[in-house]
This record gives sequence, structure tokens and C-alpha cells, in this order.
Amino acid sequence: MTTTTLPPGKKTEPVSAPKGGISDRARSERKLGWLLAGPAFLVMLLVTAYPILQATYESLFDFRLTDPDNRAFVGLGNYGVILSDPLWWQSIGVTAFITVVTVAVELVLGFGLALVMVKALRALRPVLRAAILIPYAVITVVSAFAWQFAFDINSGFVNSWFTWLPGVAADTDWFGDKWTSLLVICLAEIWKTTPFISLLLLAGLAQVPEVLQEAAKVDGATRWQRMWKVTIPNMKAAIMVALLFRTLDAFRVFDTIFIMTNGANGTESVSFLAYRQTIARLEIGLGSAVSVLLFLAVVLIAFTFIKLFKVDLAQARGE
Amino acid sequence: MPYAADMEEPQTRATTVRPAAWGRSRRSLAGAAALLVTAGTLAACGSDGGGASSLTWYINPDAGGQAEIASRCTEASGGRYTIETAVLPRDAASQREQLIRRLAANDASIDLMSLDPPFIPEFAEAGFLAPVPEDVAERVTEDVVESAIEGSTWRDELVAVPFWANTQVLWYRTSVAEAAGLDMSQPVTWEQIVEAAESQGKLVGAQGARAESLTVWFNALIESAGGSIIAENAEDPEDIQLGLDTPEGQRATEIMQLVAESEAAGAAFSTSNEDSSATGFESENGGFNVNYPFVYPRALGAVEAGTMDASVPEDYAAAVYPRVDEDTEAAPPYGGINLGVGAFSESPELAYEAAECIVEDENQAYYFVTNGNPASATSVYDDEEVLEAFPMAPVIRESLELAAPRPQSPYYNEISVGIQRSYHPPSTVDPGSTGEQANELITAVLAKEDLL
Repeated sequence: MTTTTLPPGKKTEPVSAPKGGISDRARSERKLGWLLAGPAFLVMLLVTAYPILQATYESLFDFRLTDPDNRAFVGLGNYGVILSDPLWWQSIGVTAFITVVTVAVELVLGFGLALVMVKALRALRPVLRAAILIPYAVITVVSAFAWQFAFDINSGFVNSWFTWLPGVAADTDWFGDKWTSLLVICLAEIWKTTPFISLLLLAGLAQVPEVLQEAAKVDGATRWQRMWKVTIPNMKAAIMVALLFRTLDAFRVFDTIFIMTNGANGTESVSFLAYRQTIARLEIGLGSAVSVLLFLAVVLIAFTFIKLFKVDLAQARGE
Repeated sequence: MPYAADMEEPQTRATTVRPAAWGRSRRSLAGAAALLVTAGTLAACGSDGGGASSLTWYINPDAGGQAEIASRCTEASGGRYTIETAVLPRDAASQREQLIRRLAANDASIDLMSLDPPFIPEFAEAGFLAPVPEDVAERVTEDVVESAIEGSTWRDELVAVPFWANTQVLWYRTSVAEAAGLDMSQPVTWEQIVEAAESQGKLVGAQGARAESLTVWFNALIESAGGSIIAENAEDPEDIQLGLDTPEGQRATEIMQLVAESEAAGAAFSTSNEDSSATGFESENGGFNVNYPFVYPRALGAVEAGTMDASVPEDYAAAVYPRVDEDTEAAPPYGGINLGVGAFSESPELAYEAAECIVEDENQAYYFVTNGNPASATSVYDDEEVLEAFPMAPVIRESLELAAPRPQSPYYNEISVGIQRSYHPPSTVDPGSTGEQANELITAVLAKEDLL
């Protein structure tokens, strides 16, 4: 069986639409668009472009906050220091690990939750949505503390409730080892951001035309076949957008690591590394360079998603 | 657009629920925000308009002692100044971060600040501390324990006012020491207490977490062995000589390994800080714990709150920090808080006047008795009230006299975090190689050739 999607949108355009050139109406609409979006665009430039440019500029200097007199231009020297340091590559690895694990698990869980929300009784839906959204409303630092306390060897309940699981004992020190620490960090992240992904997928699910489902049903497709051949292909855009947003988010993970391990046992993420150079070590130049590299990594991820997987952001908005 | 109706269903439902309920609360929220902003501006005007009389003291979180001392000194000043307190983050490293960022921006609102001693050289070197007037310097160093004066000094000049002086002692359960046959009236070594705890199936608590407390422990070990983290040239990051790969550094690493690998270390040793090791000491497995004096008032508080049996603190006793080698005196950790006056304060003279009031003997005695933070003034240790509240006050004083400060350098943060990275987790240290690795890492970090 082939996948079933609707015919491309351009076929539904009226035949009478003028070809080429911009009509007066389109021009005035474009002008209105600029007038409406212009102020927001300016604010965006001010609060995002300016800091990025300043960080890029600072990253070319050897500059310690407590010693501004000895500020010196070092060109790309800071980047050389970072890229030749094993700690940088280790934290790239940790960040990639957290990103891949959390996004993959969240996608599956989020899809399940979205299905539950769609299929739930009308009366239950608002309650269900609110309940699913609660973790997302919790501040990351608070959620990190809550999970840390739960797994803490002295005050936590996990060690006494889950001793029946292999590998869990009353004296398991979750934050004393790299992989157990990362497990708890991933769990906390998954718990907190699955609602975000499920909301985006819920919007995508609602986009799947009911007629296609009915047609598939008439053709005798099973529930499983309808899921794989009708539902998922029709919400591909929504899935890709959800993946993109979450991947960008997950790659910048900081709060949970800061609270739970403070970077111990090799659990530093790239953001954490930027924090330690800039805020703790006060090396503004070196820290800015780490931040710029993090920014480039995020741009690369966004670019890969959009070009390689052909994510069409406009399509997800239903345009 | 095809099938718009299908798509919009969840969206319209979502938006229709909001406006009525949210609109009102959003308006009132905006109103509240506007009020807050206005109040903030007014308050700022107030303190500026009030001129020199309002002082702000940035304090580390405590049990309310500094706020009480602030109000006492406000009263005693007879209207010359009022001291308001502003609380800093919980741990010393975050306190430093916040103060430095404010001072780097020339924050004039910082009149007084409670400073952790190892960070004082960094503040002094950056010009963030107002110079101490000579007459003040003379008065505030009279009858003060040596370690507290040393901790307030940078480049042979007093740059901060000694306030309270902390030190770690060896807390032990009398019953455990007796059962193990350990004579606590004599100085004991790390080997002895580990052996005693193991024989009784009890814990030896120390701070193995990757935090400042690990540097505190390691520094006490290397100083007790007769060495130092910085051997020479503490001021110069390019010529600094570290003493981590010396025989003394190796000996300190051996002790760290001995404790961390012993059964007495407990399961969570690599995440154990001052609080969790005190919790371990309070438990029925408690045996020994190197920790600050707060352990005792904390237990008394728990008894009062009904969460601990009164027999537990009755079993507590304190001795001077364990020795690394039998014949060499221990060098216990030195900590505490000294007062710095902000270089950008509008009224440094008044701030120093207030600082002198804050560190007066009776305030130090009050702070010792109520908050468990030992005084830097020697006379306080003869105060009867202090002796009653802290029967172990003489041990604390003796420990303070022996105490060795952590390395004094404007680059202390790099050195400390470098040590934490190399010596954590303590169970993986190797006396043969860890010191050399730490030496290399810290040297490279100071030369800005490595990330931290």
C-alpha cells in the first residue's frame, strides 16, 4: 500500500490568478506586513543580533573581567584553545547524547500523549490537556531540584521504592557516576519537555483530514496501517517542526546539569562550559568564543533540519 | 487552504477558553508589575536621596544573625547610619560571582560585603575593595586570631575587616571511639580514625563532592603534610609554582585515597558535602566527621524540634583535626567571613565605622552562640555564655591557631576548580600521577591554554 496524502496545494489555486508581477493589493499588503512586523523585528535585532555580535567581537580578545587593563587582541586564538581541548569534545559528546536520547524518547511519548488528547472524550479533553501541560509550566530549576531530591541517596525515595529493579540498591549513588547522572538528567528533561512536543504533534494530528482516514477504513486498512500510511505521512511537517524546536532546545541544556551535578563526573554540556569560562572564571573572551561556537552548532542543526529534511516552517503554520 | 476547519478545532478551543479569565488577570498582573517598578524606583530614590546614612550590607545566608547585628548597629549609631542587608546566593562560589559582576559594573550600592577569605585577594587585586584606614586596621586586628588576620591580608596590607573565623574540627561519637579503643585525649591520625570506624562498622565523614569543600579538605591534607598548593609566586599566573606533585602533595593524595576507598566512607562519598556528612554523622552509623562547628547547634536544634533523640548530641565530642603524619601537627581548614567595603561605595568612612561596630566582641559572641559561627576575637572564647553554649569552644580556638588558609591568589577560583576537576571523585585519585596532572592542568588554565 502506498502512502496517502492530499494533492499538492498549488492545484487548488484559482485559475484566474494573474501570473507574475505583484498586484497593487499584494504590494499594499506587503507594506502593511512590514509596518506590523517592523517594530517586533527591530526589537529582535536589538535583543538577539546585538548580543551575538558583541559576543563575536569579545571572543577575539583575551579579556578577564577583573583585569580590563590587560585586554589584548588574540584573533582566533580563543577558538584554537577551545577546539584543541579534549574537554570541549567531551562536552559536545555529552550534549549530543542528551539531545539524541531526550528528543527520541520525547517524540515517542509525545506522540502517544497527543493521540490520547485527540481521542479523549470531549468533556475530559481540557482537564487532560492541563494535566499533560503541568510539567512544561514548571520552572526548569525547580524540576531539576525535585528530581534531584527524588534520586538523592539521603532524602530520595527512588532508592527505597525501586530496589526490585536490577541495578538499583538502597545505596545507589545516582550522582556519583557519569552514566547514572546522565540518566537522571535525561529523565528530568524528558518529563519536563514531553508536553511541548506533544502539543506541537497535537496540532499536526488535527491537520490529518478525516476523509482520508475514512477512505482508508473503507479500503479495509487496519488501525496500524492507517497510522503508518495515513496519519504519520500527513503530519510529517508537524513532526519535523517539533523535532527541530526540541533539538535546538535540548542542545542548549544547562539548568538541570547545573543543579544536579554542577558538571561533576564529566557531565558538562556545552552551555555549562560557556558558563564556567564566562561567569565563574571571568574569562569573557574565552567564554564568548565557547558561546559563539555553541551558536554556530545551533545554526548548523537548524540548517541541517531545514535543508536536509526539507522542514517547511510555513507549512506547519497551515499556510 | 484545505481542511482549515479540521485544523483549527484544537486551536480555537484553546484560545476561546483564555480571553475572559486571562484578560482580567493579565491586566491586574500588568498593574502589579507597574506598581512594582514604581516602588523599586521610589525605593532607589529613597536610598539615594537619604544620602550617606543608608548602608547596604551584602550577606551570605545564615540563621538570621547578620540581620540582627545590622539592626543592633543601626541602633547603636544613633541615627548616623542605617544598615540594610541583602542576601547573597547559598554557596561561596555563587556569592563571589554575583559580587564580582556587580563590582565590575561599578555598583555603588555595595557598601559592605561578607566575603569568603580565599576570594579576598581577587577582590583586592581588581581594586574592588576600599582601602582600610590605618587607625581602623589597627583596632580591628587587636586580639584577633592570626589566621583571620592572614585571611584579610593581601600584599602585606589589611584589605578587609576580620569578622568571624571558621575552622573544621574532628567530631566524633564518644561511644564509637571508646568501643574502638581510641584515646581521643591525644592527637589522632587519619589512619587511626579510618581503622577505628571500620572496626566498628561506622562512617568517617569528609567532603568528597566536587565543590569548594573538596579544595578545603585537600588543602588541609597537604598543609598538614607540610606542603602547600602554591609553592611560590601566588600573584603571577605565568610564574606560579604549584606544589601538587611534591612528596607532601603525594602524601595528601594517599590520605584522600585511603579515606575514599575505605568502607567507612559510605556509599555517597563522591557527592558528600558539609551538610550530608553531618547528616551521616547524626545517623546511627555516625562515627567520625571532619566538619565545621555548626554540627553541634544543628543537632541541638533537631533535638528541640523533636526529630532527634537527646542522647545523640550527648554522645558528640570534638577534637583537633586529624593528623596526616603522627609527628606533624595538623593544619585544619580556615574559613569564615571577613568584611569588605565596596570601592564604589558613596560613604566608605561610614561603612568602616559600621564594620567596626559589626565585629565588636559582643556581636561576635552573639553570632557564635546563636548561629554557631566562631569568633575571630580571642577574648570571645573566654565569654561564659559562649563556653556554656559551646563546651568545645577551647578546641575551636586551638584549631584556629593551627589553621592554614587556602592558597592566597587572585586566581584562586581557577586553582580551586582545577583541583576539584583533578581530585574528583576522590576514590579515583592516584598518589603517583594525580598531583602531576593537576599541576599541568592548573598551569595550562592559568596560561589560558586550557578550558576549565
